[in-house]
Amino acid sequence: MFGFSKNKGGVHPEEHKAPSSTRPILTNIPLPAKLLLPLSQHAGADATPLVKVGDTVAKGQLIAAALRGNLSANLHAPTSGIITDIKPIVAPHPSGLPTNALIIEPDGEERWREQESLPIDPLTLSPDELASKVEQAGIVGMGGAIFPAAVKLRQGRRFEIKTFLINGSECEPYLTADDFLMQERAEDIVDGARLVRYILEAYRVVIAIENNKPQAIAALEKAAAPYGSIEIVAVPALYPTGSAKQLIQAVTGQEVPAGGRSNDLGILVHNVATVYAIQQALRYDRPLISRITTVTGACVSQPQNVEALLGTPVSHLIDICGGLKSEPNRLLLGGPMMGQIIPSLDVPITKGTTGILALNKREVNQQVPAPCIRCGRCVDTCPMGLVPLEMAKHSRTDDFEGAQAFGLNDCILCGSCSYVCPSHIPLVQYFEFAKGSLKLRKASEQKLEYTKQLTSMRGERMEKEAAEAAAKKAAKKNKRKSRSSETVDN
Amino acid sequence: MNSSIPLRASPHAHDSSHVNSIMFMVCVALTPATLFGFYIFGWPAVFLWIITIAAAVAFEAVCLAAQQQPLYRLKDNSALLTGWLLAMTLPPWAPWWIGIVGSGFAISVGKQLFGGIGQNLFNPAMLARVALLVSFPMQMTTWANVNPLFSTNAPSLLESLQIVFGFQPLADGVTGATILGQIKASGDVPVSELVATEFSLQQAFFGFTRGSLAETSEFLIFLGGLFLLYFRIISWHIPLSMLLTLTLVSGIFYSYDSAQYAAPWVNLTSGGIMLGAFFIATDYVTSPSTSAGKLLFGFGCGLLIFAIRAWGGFPEAIGFAVLMMNALTPLIDRSIKPRIYGRSHTGKPLPATATPRSQQRQ
Amino acid sequence: MFMAIFVLTSMGLVLGTLLGIAAKYLAVDEGNPVVKEIESLLPNSQCGQCGFPGCGPAAEAIAEGKADITCCPPGGQLLVEKLAAIMDIDLSTLEAQFTLPVVATIDGATCTGCTKCYKACPTDAIVGANKQMHIVISKACTGCSRCKEACPEDCITMAPEVASIGTWHWPKPEAA
Repeated sequence: MFGFSKNKGGVHPEEHKAPSSTRPILTNIPLPAKLLLPLSQHAGADATPLVKVGDTVAKGQLIAAALRGNLSANLHAPTSGIITDIKPIVAPHPSGLPTNALIIEPDGEERWREQESLPIDPLTLSPDELASKVEQAGIVGMGGAIFPAAVKLRQGRRFEIKTFLINGSECEPYLTADDFLMQERAEDIVDGARLVRYILEAYRVVIAIENNKPQAIAALEKAAAPYGSIEIVAVPALYPTGSAKQLIQAVTGQEVPAGGRSNDLGILVHNVATVYAIQQALRYDRPLISRITTVTGACVSQPQNVEALLGTPVSHLIDICGGLKSEPNRLLLGGPMMGQIIPSLDVPITKGTTGILALNKREVNQQVPAPCIRCGRCVDTCPMGLVPLEMAKHSRTDDFEGAQAFGLNDCILCGSCSYVCPSHIPLVQYFEFAKGSLKLRKASEQKLEYTKQLTSMRGERMEKEAAEAAAKKAAKKNKRKSRSSETVDN
Repeated sequence: MNSSIPLRASPHAHDSSHVNSIMFMVCVALTPATLFGFYIFGWPAVFLWIITIAAAVAFEAVCLAAQQQPLYRLKDNSALLTGWLLAMTLPPWAPWWIGIVGSGFAISVGKQLFGGIGQNLFNPAMLARVALLVSFPMQMTTWANVNPLFSTNAPSLLESLQIVFGFQPLADGVTGATILGQIKASGDVPVSELVATEFSLQQAFFGFTRGSLAETSEFLIFLGGLFLLYFRIISWHIPLSMLLTLTLVSGIFYSYDSAQYAAPWVNLTSGGIMLGAFFIATDYVTSPSTSAGKLLFGFGCGLLIFAIRAWGGFPEAIGFAVLMMNALTPLIDRSIKPRIYGRSHTGKPLPATATPRSQQRQ
Repeated sequence: MFMAIFVLTSMGLVLGTLLGIAAKYLAVDEGNPVVKEIESLLPNSQCGQCGFPGCGPAAEAIAEGKADITCCPPGGQLLVEKLAAIMDIDLSTLEAQFTLPVVATIDGATCTGCTKCYKACPTDAIVGANKQMHIVISKACTGCSRCKEACPEDCITMAPEVASIGTWHWPKPEAA
């Protein structure tokens, strides 16, 4: 209530970070029988497969490329093996709808593609060349936003970047993947920070970490000590500080303009795991083929962080963590505040999977929704300064304009309001519903406009064709006429 | 495998709060003041309290059943709280039917007619109290003397039953007027003189005065309010701005003409002002949902209370003031919104401050 | 007394005259502007799914209340909402559930590449050359079924667009 944070609102959910913090990151886990690689693991259009069924691929080989649209991202083979299928699989998405995927059967050899034997010192290349290398490595925002990292770097290069902010806040409960990455690989992260800083030509680098991670702070302070230019800042542990907008506010006191980007303030934010992936790509020529993810929740026998290949099925990772102790009430990818339920254990992890959670009923604590009593707790906790109760009220009656008047467009879906609602109203779902409906409405509006245009274009064309045909006919007639008149003349 | 699990969007965690427990906590906060009311006004107060609450819950059950809503809604304790609040504001020796009529009006007209919990425009308890006051002014302004339980003048159980369930008016010797009533009816007697003879700040603050069933002890109700603040069930905005406004405005007028206007401390310790500030005006449903709106709401309540007490026709003002501000709440909520992140107070996006790199190089 | 009667009578007379003049000079145009407004909203593909010979006559019928505001499948829910706003109709009172917009799909196995559908399409949503399989660009298809009528092989089906992750969104939560 009397916090020292510059941020408005926010909540202090129970952390639940201890269970997955007892062991170091588990690496070199046994290969699963199959890797399922959705062609869409990023914000933009599907990547285009470059291989066909039956092809043998090497570890790190480019298997699907970002050809369509610049928001797409490359995809590489996480291990060597055979492409056994290219087909729709159940997506790691609440809808359970299909998504196109490449399926690799690992051969167990872990044979790398040819790598640059002596990687060039990245600092001898130009920033633009480095940005291209990041693009080739298929790196996306690994905090869950899955926005292509290279696109962000290029957008950032168009501005004078005063602060390059590295997001190590990891404010979601349960998750400790970033925490352990920072503890165990601090040097690589600091190196990555310097490389990105070089790409952006940023004045200042700040690594922001929530103050509930003293070990990570200590490790990074130690690693950054030789380079005076990298600041480690402890920010108050307050959900959703890990959201880029809130983090910028916590560190600099500035607010990203509505509808704008952090670039507009001369700030660029990357997640700490993204910076690590960039460092691995630039230093060692390793594309993004694995990530660290937290497997936890009361139903998991041995909660811990695992470095897993992209495409590893969730069930495989849960088996590695000792299997399920009890039937989970909720199975999620990501943290409990913004993570999404998954339809089955067979879905794979992707570039944006920060965690796998198997929660029991007590942890979820979902009660039957009751009518809103207008207590205003959602208003007090909203980090964006919105009025969630009014937004939900209007969304319920399909009055999306009304919901927008109370801030629907500015909502970041952080879930703070739903978390504190004493009536247990699924506020975020109302906003997802409203946002989705508005998007669909806009799409159908565009389609209507588009088809109207097509119709009129076709009408014009038909007219033109008809006119041309008539003209031709007339010309022919004229010609014949003139010829006949000529004959007459002769 | 998860077909049994309802499709639910995030978040998948929740704090331990629940409507049921919030309403229950408010009732807990009311308990000390209520027990004190039982003590000073004796068994009739206990009977009236039980009757009012039982009636409120019964009416709620009937209304829910009539609307084919699940009866487990009763567990939200909102009817209990409404009945309780109403009972606290009734004259302690009022006849039984006052409690039943009041509860019936509060629940059916004040709440369910609007669409049930969360939908009502006016505070149900205050609506009922005001309805009773204008309909049955005699019964609603007959104030029992302070006769603590087990004291010599206290009515016995049997007498108490007769007071509550009998139809005879109360004897003259056992009742009197409240200080605010005396001020209103004072005529030419200066207020300051009246206060000097009839008012004891200490007695008023701790509640040994004539008044409603359980709102005389400003001290205990204030403690209950602090309890709610501590558990963050209410925010400080409405009570503070309401009490501060009343203090300031009455202070200004008192220093201007102490013969005509009551002093701030009289205003602050009489007529259920604490109950109004901490428990009535802070009712979630009928007060604004934003902090700024709450401050404005409290300010309006404070101003109206003073105006009605000073110049109005009724001695007690809380009910009318709160109801009037309730009517303004939708307007306040529509016009006063918090500033959105990344936007100015008028809703325009904040300006971008970064310099494009090409310009920087020039 | 007489004064009061006099004042009220003269007030009535003056105001009545004013109203009469206003009615004459501020009269609404006979041509219904609503028809124009509605016509501008309709897809204008003249598909005839509504049962009227084109979008113009349909707009007239809708404006006069002779046709339902749900009569235009290509317009979808969006159009219904807009028409409801113009016609001042409460959406919840609508009995007829508007149908989901559909798009055409060509069965590649039976398509002979006759180009008849291609020629019938009012929005040029079908592409393909002679003797080759045709394909419907669903983005441009209004679901008017003209291609289906034109197809001699009966290989075109009309169906709502398949749900995909890109278009899926959370349903409204069940009411509390």
